[in-house]
Amino acid sequence: MKVLIPVKRVLDYNVKARVKADQSGVDLSNVKMSMNPFDEISVEQAVRLQEAGTATETIVVSVGPAKAQETIRTALAMGMDRGIHINTDEDLEPLAVAKILKAVVEAEGIDMVIAGKQAIDGDNGATGSMLAALLDWPQATFANSMEKNGDSLTVKREVDGGLQTVKVSLPAVVTTDLRLNEPRYASLPNIMKAKKKPIDAKTPADFGVDTAPRVTTVKVTEPEARSAGVKVEDVAALVAALKTEGVI
Amino acid sequence: MAILVVAEHDNETLKDATHKTVTAALAMGGDVDILVAGKGVKDVMAEAAKVDGVRHVLAVDHESLRRQLAESMQDVIVPLMSEYDAILAPDTTTHKNYMPRVAAMLDVMQISSITGVIDAKTFERPIYAGNAMATVKSGDTKQVVTVRTTAFSPAGESGSADSKMLADPAGPFKSEYIGEELSKSDRPELTAAKIVVSGGRGVGSAENFAIIEKLADKLGAAVGASRAAVDAGYVPNDYQVGQTGKAVAPELYMAIGISGAIQHLAGMKDSKIIVAINKDEEAPIFQVADYGLVADLFKAVPELEAAL
Ligand SMILES: Cc1cc2nc3c(=O)[nH]c(=O)nc-3n(C[C@H](O)[C@H](O)[C@H](O)COP(=O)(O)OP(=O)(O)OC[C@H]3O[C@@H](n4cnc5c(N)ncnc54)[C@H](O)[C@@H]3O)c2cc1C
Ligand SMILES: Nc1ncnc2c1ncn2[C@@H]1O[C@H](COP(=O)(O)O)[C@@H](O)[C@H]1O
Repeated sequence: MKVLIPVKRVLDYNVKARVKADQSGVDLSNVKMSMNPFDEISVEQAVRLQEAGTATETIVVSVGPAKAQETIRTALAMGMDRGIHINTDEDLEPLAVAKILKAVVEAEGIDMVIAGKQAIDGDNGATGSMLAALLDWPQATFANSMEKNGDSLTVKREVDGGLQTVKVSLPAVVTTDLRLNEPRYASLPNIMKAKKKPIDAKTPADFGVDTAPRVTTVKVTEPEARSAGVKVEDVAALVAALKTEGVI
Repeated sequence: MAILVVAEHDNETLKDATHKTVTAALAMGGDVDILVAGKGVKDVMAEAAKVDGVRHVLAVDHESLRRQLAESMQDVIVPLMSEYDAILAPDTTTHKNYMPRVAAMLDVMQISSITGVIDAKTFERPIYAGNAMATVKSGDTKQVVTVRTTAFSPAGESGSADSKMLADPAGPFKSEYIGEELSKSDRPELTAAKIVVSGGRGVGSAENFAIIEKLADKLGAAVGASRAAVDAGYVPNDYQVGQTGKAVAPELYMAIGISGAIQHLAGMKDSKIIVAINKDEEAPIFQVADYGLVADLFKAVPELEAAL
């Protein structure tokens, strides 16, 4: 089984996003960038499938600027086999990314895609399901655990009421939720080994995909700030304050 | 202009998230219809017909829709969209699951989790865990939109729309429902509760979470949690409040033993009154709390519960 993992390079989750003064977007100059945390979970899952002998080849793909290669290297250092870098300086929308990924899936003969449930920059949560639809594949989103039985996949999903189990036929798209696994840290020898693993260089044009944006950003502003209130002395003061507010 | 709103329901009752999504749809202008897709949905249809401002209720009643799995929802909705200019659904896990499929099949870029409607094609939505608010304009011919329901008030219930049944989905589908483990509770639903009491890593264990629950029950509140509390197994995953969990905006939100990471704040900073109880006076949660109590939660929470 060939597994494809799409990973996005995003503002590190520990860094607070700063809105640019001209309201054109979020300032990404000189800030720490990392692999989208959900994609680390996907990479970990792919490596585990490989270690269990379920996956025969694991390929990591990223659509993004030259630096996205570093993100691909991180996945290779975690244990994946090879990478595909699709070079673009634009932050492509999920629909365009899904179309590119579809072309990669078809070119590589992929059996399973594991994407993140959402990228923590745009918070769209759209790419994985879009890809599944374009491929006419079933999907199992928000995966909490997964198990392959023959040519189907049983996935426990994190839903609003708790957990739901679905069975999908392969090939399929899975999207990862936080509890699926705990991603490993790459060891130093594996970081060295990853430097020798191949990364194919491509561009969106190689796949004949129209990546023109469909949605324009009119402006990006700071959210309404909440100011710190008061510290209360003790429980009695807290109760009194909440009674005055009329909330209890 | 015609807009389709997809109902949130459990085959028995229509959920408030639907009424809020209708409010967002009405703000775009045009005719609003509700789609009820499920199994045994007669009662849900009747409730949907009462939602103010709704023109028609459309329903599909079929076994393959009992759990509203993505593949069958796509099958029902995509052909319907020839009649509509936009489709809106609440951003609950049910709809987040299939809406991008619908968007992709219509060759439309989805606009996720809107918190405001500027006009029929322009919306406001949080990005970067709510640290920035984007105003975005769709250039597509149709709009596929999910709605953060906490940002909209519910439409009323004095309407009387007509309803009609649609043809069954074709199938077969490549996915199958196997089972579920739902958290059972008599407490109000997290996303609709007036008061939410949440516990974090500071609570320390699943057993200790009982003190959070006791306080919640005294207040008639829902119980929430931080990611750390869920990851540690103190509570089930559906308790998680935050960027990648649920968004809540109650009258009163109490964060107990929660540090206030940006990912947590993303899900609760629109609450009316925020209370934080934390033993670390430097905890970032105090920067957003209206009332902060620096105290050991094991002492303060039982005391609070007794004082109510
Ligand atoms: C991709 C991604 C998505 C995420 N999504 C979410 C999300 O949706 N929701 C979310 O909540 N987090 C999310 N997180 C995690 C987030 O970054 C934080 O790690 C998490 O919110 C911390 O939880 P916490 O505040 O309970 O734990 P901690 O940060 O460990 O804080 C515990 C707090 O308890 C206090 N405390 C300890 N003992 C006591 C005591 N006896 N009495 C009083 N106070 C005490 C401590 O002072 C401390 O402030 C996400 C992270 C990532 C990377
Ligand atoms: N530019 C990209 N390159 C590779 N994968 C991506 C890219 N954008 C999104 N993805 C994948 O799609 C998932 C969901 O992203 P989104 O739909 O943007 O929230 C991510 O977790 C990645 O797995």
